[in-house]
Amino acid sequence: MNVLQRNGGPRDPNALLNGHRPGESVPGTGGTKGTGGTKGTGAAISLTEVSKVYGRGPGAVRAVDRLSLTVGDGEFVCLVGASGCGKSTLLSIVAGLDMPTAGQVDTGGRRVAIMFQEPALFPWLTARRNVELALRALKVAKDERRRRAIQLLEAVHLRDFADKRPHELSGGMRQRVALARALAQNADVLLMDEPFGALDAMTRDLLHDELERICSERSLTVLFVTHNVREAARLGDRVVLLSSRPGRVIEEYDVPRTGPRRIDSASVADLASTVTDRLREEMSRHG
Amino acid sequence: MASTQTSGPPGTASQTAAITGLDSLELGVVSTGRGPGRLARKAWTATWPKLLAIGLALVAWQLFYLSNFHGDTAAGLVKGPGAGLADLWDQMQHAQLWQAIGTTAQTAVTGYLLALVIGSVIGAIVSRIPPLRAATGSIISGLQTMPSIAWFPFAIILFGTSVSAILFVMVLGAAPSIANGLITGVDYTPPLLLRAGRTMGLRGIALYRHLILPASLPAYLAGLKQGWAFAWRSLMAGQLLVIIVGQLSLGILLNNAQDNQDLTGAISIMIVILIIGIVVDAIFSKTDLAVRRRRGLLTEAQSA
Repeated sequence: MNVLQRNGGPRDPNALLNGHRPGESVPGTGGTKGTGGTKGTGAAISLTEVSKVYGRGPGAVRAVDRLSLTVGDGEFVCLVGASGCGKSTLLSIVAGLDMPTAGQVDTGGRRVAIMFQEPALFPWLTARRNVELALRALKVAKDERRRRAIQLLEAVHLRDFADKRPHELSGGMRQRVALARALAQNADVLLMDEPFGALDAMTRDLLHDELERICSERSLTVLFVTHNVREAARLGDRVVLLSSRPGRVIEEYDVPRTGPRRIDSASVADLASTVTDRLREEMSRHG
Repeated sequence: MASTQTSGPPGTASQTAAITGLDSLELGVVSTGRGPGRLARKAWTATWPKLLAIGLALVAWQLFYLSNFHGDTAAGLVKGPGAGLADLWDQMQHAQLWQAIGTTAQTAVTGYLLALVIGSVIGAIVSRIPPLRAATGSIISGLQTMPSIAWFPFAIILFGTSVSAILFVMVLGAAPSIANGLITGVDYTPPLLLRAGRTMGLRGIALYRHLILPASLPAYLAGLKQGWAFAWRSLMAGQLLVIIVGQLSLGILLNNAQDNQDLTGAISIMIVILIIGIVVDAIFSKTDLAVRRRRGLLTEAQSA
């Protein structure tokens, strides 16, 4: 098995500080809280009536408005929307980097890792040491850190580049190091904020395959934000369309699992055009 | 799934081949030129600007000598570069010059280390505490613009004509630059890296040690270099102003040359001071270059 060892019980000691409420009962999560890693037994992420307002008074901006969303264990959900739909705000809230103004966020004590559009690697460390730092934050012993970092880099096909610094790698390779680093955090939930937005189409295509393989191997729950409708249709088990200013769920599309998909598959193209039509309709509302 | 880890990287063979192929295409061909030819070229690139600078200085000296500006050339008080350097060579055979260099270097190291410790501690504290940062930011910048020589009357009244007075002014000159370098580095830690560090679970001291300090290193180094320049200048001013009886220093030798109307002697000591300055600066530049190379912050021309 390529899946890192998972512990039972709530694992995030900072859960309360981060705005997660592991003890709170949210419909749909049932008794699965804190038992992360068992696929398909309930919700990994539940957002209930979440709102986020920036600023106060008449100048306040409502980025997210009473948004409710449930992501099942092991599910791959893509969030699509035009500018100003609060996609990134939403991820920050789920990651505990930001607090919602109202509403509830529950990740059931699962560990959450986040990936950004930029790899955000530390330029003074080699690829291996970047991954090791994430393990160090988890207080993994030194020898074990090294062994696991190499193993994770191997999972993203970068073992031979372990001792290169970020600037010596290509954009796609850096993003894979970032993925290895996110996996090192031993998370059950991976939040991705347009992670392939800055890459060329060919590299992106290959990384879609990589991500799909790694997520299914490790039974990861993924919340993936993108403005690329095709990408969403290619990757997601479900595509969630958000409205803009304020962000709300306006449509959800289930993607039937019918064998391998490619970015140029007919089913992907069909879904993408349906979603795009709905998205255009939504955008014209703001015209 | 269970078999993916046993041999080589996981994934289907064609997928793996595609991704490793793309990696090698994107990295392109990197020339790893080695051998004596490359070393010699590197050494030459490093030395020729300095040789040219020395040549230009000698030409200026010769022109000054030929201009007979002071009317003393005929009297033999001013010598050309040839005779002047011979004089300097002569002085280098005597212990006096080395003793002076030793005293000056010792004061320089002591003063700079003091400034380093004080500046770093102040910088670390101020950058951690926002209200303090707001309150002292302008004071630190203000101190930097204050010419160090203006501190000497105060320092001499406080410490008397002693090394302490010189060290005091050196620290006042250098510590603000060093503190400012560290504060700037902390201020400009990329927010994205901070976000990444926080999601990884780095908090408090660990966040500081593994993220903020390494991220601040280039700015801190710039502060250290600037601090050295201030410390060195304060030291020279101090040794000219604060004459400590019975202690030979480069400042005293310069003073003696002035008293004896010995232009050539003054030039010789100035050359020594210049060389020390250039050597220390080269050490700072080398360190700075090495740090920036590791982080991929060099342009093509710089890394050549």
